[in-house]
Amino acid sequence: MATEEQLALTRALSGDGGLGVEESKLVSIIGKWRKKPDEISSFRKSFNRLFSINGHIEKCEDDHMQKLAIEFSRFHHITLLWVMHPHERDALWAHQVTHKNHHASILVEIACTRPAEELLGVRRAYQTLFHHSLEEDVAYQIKDSKSKLLVGLVSSYRYEGPKVDNDVAKSEAKALHNAIKTAGANKILDNDEVVRILTTRSILHLKKIFKYYKELHGKYLEEDLSGDALLLQTVLCFDSPANYFSQVINDAFKEGAKHMEKEGLSRVMVSRSDVDMEEIKEAYAKLYGAKLSSVIAKKTHGCFRDSLLALAGVTNA
Amino acid sequence: MATLSIPNPVPSAIEDAEKLRKAFQGWGTDEKAMIAVLAHRDAAQRKQIKIAYEDQYKEKLLKRIESEISGHFERAVYCWIFDPVERQAIMANIAIKNKVVDFPVIIEIACINSSNELLAVKQVYQSLYKHSMEEDVASHATGDFRKLLFALVGTYRYDGEEINTELAKTEAKILNDAITKGEYNSDEIIRILSTRSKAQLQATFNCYKDAHNLSITKALSTKTPNDFVIALRAAIRCRTTPTKYFEKVLRNILQKSGMDEDALTRVIVMHAEKDLKEIKELFQTRANMTLEQAVAKKTSGDYENFLLALIGN
Repeated sequence: MATEEQLALTRALSGDGGLGVEESKLVSIIGKWRKKPDEISSFRKSFNRLFSINGHIEKCEDDHMQKLAIEFSRFHHITLLWVMHPHERDALWAHQVTHKNHHASILVEIACTRPAEELLGVRRAYQTLFHHSLEEDVAYQIKDSKSKLLVGLVSSYRYEGPKVDNDVAKSEAKALHNAIKTAGANKILDNDEVVRILTTRSILHLKKIFKYYKELHGKYLEEDLSGDALLLQTVLCFDSPANYFSQVINDAFKEGAKHMEKEGLSRVMVSRSDVDMEEIKEAYAKLYGAKLSSVIAKKTHGCFRDSLLALAGVTNA
Repeated sequence: MATLSIPNPVPSAIEDAEKLRKAFQGWGTDEKAMIAVLAHRDAAQRKQIKIAYEDQYKEKLLKRIESEISGHFERAVYCWIFDPVERQAIMANIAIKNKVVDFPVIIEIACINSSNELLAVKQVYQSLYKHSMEEDVASHATGDFRKLLFALVGTYRYDGEEINTELAKTEAKILNDAITKGEYNSDEIIRILSTRSKAQLQATFNCYKDAHNLSITKALSTKTPNDFVIALRAAIRCRTTPTKYFEKVLRNILQKSGMDEDALTRVIVMHAEKDLKEIKELFQTRANMTLEQAVAKKTSGDYENFLLALIGN
């Protein structure tokens, strides 16, 4: 019969069942098993995910150790991200897209949800860190159909004032509809007008376009773009960033979530904590019928969990 | 260096405003008096004069000037009065809203300024016109011009000195491939030209010249000049050798038949408080006459006097 400590230790070191590690539990077991090498030895023999017999010892498995390293360091990682200058943070994430094959959606996220001066600050930070402009690296490293959209989005320095030309917005809603209807699947990105509108117009203007789109054509633009993930994300980031960020968080908690999707959780919580966390909590509850803080408490562990709750503005875990 | 000459000591803004007022009063206008003041004050001084004039006489100086003088002289003074940043924003807007986008103006503004100077122009543009310069360029220009101008205006380029020689060689080859195939509007040409730093771009063009014994601008000279290729060459020259570019523009205006006063005004006004001295010196060696002589030959009246005052007579 496994003891409570053995079960707890197995759970903590399995690397499943949530993100992060229950540090306090581990510390208490370390205390309980002091001067009880048999307990540890029998744990090693029973926990064959981490250990395998090699000669006279139960050796630690490299793969599993790497997995554990990630879980143990989620708190470390999020703390460093939190303490960093927001522009350096965004620049590092952007660089991971251009140089480490991270998903282009991160570029869209940064380019579309940061205000114009912030995005400019990110580009300056990128230059300081990497001695290249972000635009030149995106244009050079990404040469497929996404390139025009991505370069345009990261280059943008949008007008942020209140003035919107309704007639132009109406005609551009029609132009978008036209482009979507006439393009084949996956070809909407090739349409110059689509790219022009999304990469240059002010966000207020774009929101007007989205409104007219629904009025004139009966469907939301998002519905008609459902075949193109990047375009869909772009529109969502402009129209409702809180919904977009809720989706990223939800993706991190899904069954079978990949490493990059899990990283999205830390990225969103740190980058939005001071910006629109209240709106995100509201949107999350509407979309998924659960309180974000409850989901975090259930699906994450230890200091990582506590830091997420703190970033979410939850004072009593 | 600037060719603008300012008297020492310089009169106060109020004195200058009074002189201008006197120049406007009575029948006709005393253009010489206007030129004596306006053509010999820097941007900060001109701004103070505008403020002093409006405070004192309760009317906008620019409006008064527009009603007193006309033609090329008026257009030149109008452009000149603003500070360089606002001036470029205004000129960009005029160029964009033209029936066909006046691409040389946009290319010049996008390519000769440093990244931060261009940013300042874009900021003023937004406050004046309630649109970003990028969005206006993109919605008014079409086809290949849109691609090129948008990329040149929109990129916040790295201004550092580092050069990657391998990359320069690779990109010189990419340029050559596109040029050989006659694909002047290729995305790669536009990408390299609009996103690489000045130092990197220069290195790339040097590699090109080494490899093909021909400068890239010569390689882009086609027998039948097409506007887009002209634009490419202008962008290349503005990004790497702006003094030579503007010298050539002046020489083309002043030594060929016909006359483009708007272009002449633009070059003189935009460079008088910046680097017209170097352009002038180069002009003299190339044209076998001074810039003053060339301008005097082809212009007349108050317009000529104004330009000569800026050139540094």
